[in-house]
Amino acid sequence: MTAQTATAQTALATSVDASATAPLLSVNNIEVIYNHVILVLKGVSLQLPKGGIVALLGANGAGKTTTLKAISNLLRAERGDITKGHIDYHGERVDQLNPSALVKKGLIQVMEGRHCFAHLTIEENLLTGAYTRSDGNKAIEQHLEMVYSYFPRLKVRRKSQAGYTSGGEQQMTAIGRALMSKPDTILLDEPSMGLAPQLVEEIFEIVHKLNKETGVSFLIAEQNTNMALRYADYGYILENGRIVMDGPAEKLRENSDVKEFYLGLGSGGRMSFRDTKHYRRRKRWLT
Amino acid sequence: MAFFLEVLIGGLMAGVMYSLVALGFVLIFKASGVFNFAQGAMVLFAGLFFVGFTELGVPMWLALLLTVGVMVLLAGVIERLVLRHLVNQEGIILFMATIGVSFFLDGFGQLIWGSNVRQLDIGIPTDPIFLMDGEILIQSFDLWAALVAGTLLAALVVFQKTRTGRALRAVADDHQAAQSVGIPLNVIWIIVWAIAGLVALVAGVMWGSKLGVQPAIVSLALKALPVLILGGFTSIPGAILGGLIIGAGEKLAEVYIGPLFGGGIENWFAYVLALGFLLIRPQGLFGEKLIERV
Repeated sequence: MTAQTATAQTALATSVDASATAPLLSVNNIEVIYNHVILVLKGVSLQLPKGGIVALLGANGAGKTTTLKAISNLLRAERGDITKGHIDYHGERVDQLNPSALVKKGLIQVMEGRHCFAHLTIEENLLTGAYTRSDGNKAIEQHLEMVYSYFPRLKVRRKSQAGYTSGGEQQMTAIGRALMSKPDTILLDEPSMGLAPQLVEEIFEIVHKLNKETGVSFLIAEQNTNMALRYADYGYILENGRIVMDGPAEKLRENSDVKEFYLGLGSGGRMSFRDTKHYRRRKRWLT
Repeated sequence: MAFFLEVLIGGLMAGVMYSLVALGFVLIFKASGVFNFAQGAMVLFAGLFFVGFTELGVPMWLALLLTVGVMVLLAGVIERLVLRHLVNQEGIILFMATIGVSFFLDGFGQLIWGSNVRQLDIGIPTDPIFLMDGEILIQSFDLWAALVAGTLLAALVVFQKTRTGRALRAVADDHQAAQSVGIPLNVIWIIVWAIAGLVALVAGVMWGSKLGVQPAIVSLALKALPVLILGGFTSIPGAILGGLIIGAGEKLAEVYIGPLFGGGIENWFAYVLALGFLLIRPQGLFGEKLIERV
């Protein structure tokens, strides 16, 4: 009896401790169903600590984008619904809020494929990001200069229509546009998509710098496991709508399964094509 | 020469009236990618309410204000009952929905106010003005209509650059991205439909005082179609210029080419012109080019 109370008390104590360092964003065992029939996420839980960079890794169709959209609640527009579990942000439930309310609270998503407003200029694109703000034109103007200081290339091209700029510039515009809402959390979906390796590195460098200097937390969904694990503090691996593995980034990088299936490295360094050709069926964590 | 000028000016002025109707289409098409079939019905609806209020003895300015209120309310109702339930559906489904809205407005307006032709006199002078020693005659009413259209256009162009205008254009480009940066789609839709309602009101009042407010105004929407094809569905200046070209074109064609066909080409000339444009330049004169990156 006394032993039980003691454990209960320690449990209580740890939970108090935990709330002091509570994660900025926590996703608790969510299940997502599209169109009332297609089960995409089968209980995903993850945490994003304040000021952290967390990578969400996995192959095509694993549920990375769905997870991000569930958090930012862009899911509704695609007839998706969170049927189980809940999402907490700053300690309060947010899974019923609309995207606009979430942006006001500081949580914004940069969508996969950049989605710039093609007929607006770069600068107009950035300014649309400030739509939800009410702190006056002057503050927005200053913030715009701040964004330009991180993306000097955008300042040069500020008068160009976004549709005619390069993929890298569009990705920068999309991130800059999100920054204009003064967020404390950015959900970044596949920033490396369709970009040259050098540009991917540049984008990740800027994300890293933003994280260190402005304290914005990032949850990044990526297929480029190598790049993501280099910049993230922590990683989750999604497969078939479930988290199959998680851990600090350096641990994941050293993990032999991750090396083999996501980084393309066998036990003896990089494998040649001839070896992979007759390679045994890809291992599943859950079968 | 003087005769030519007179026909040209008369045509241009008639064109301005087409532009007024076309403007409403462009606004909604730009912001939501929906071809609003109900725009013509909205013109009649607004005209009926305005003329109805004035006949009840309400002073002109108050009637105008009340009708503005009705159109804004209508925008809210359409968003709440129709658009909200069709978010992220195909454009064609939304188009069908606007056909439904069109029938409703057409019937509802007449249910309240009756279907008689009503005279509308808002005090615009209708006396003719003579230019070049009386050789050219223009209607001063047409001049007023041009003035009103010009003011409306200027206001809309300025509006595009404001915060709300920018959000509207953003929604037009990419619904999802607009949502992701926190622009609330339903608010934007109400704003767009309200503005289209105001444009319809202006068109309704101008057409109403020219022809009388009558159900036939709805079919004006058909005349706006070639204007849009010519000017481009996504361009506000295009709607104005398209209207001018159609207006002037059909009057000149009637006078100079008409006799070759035995006359009466004014009614179909605009559509032939539009057909030609569809073949040569489908996005219209000023339409936004589809930006495609390879």
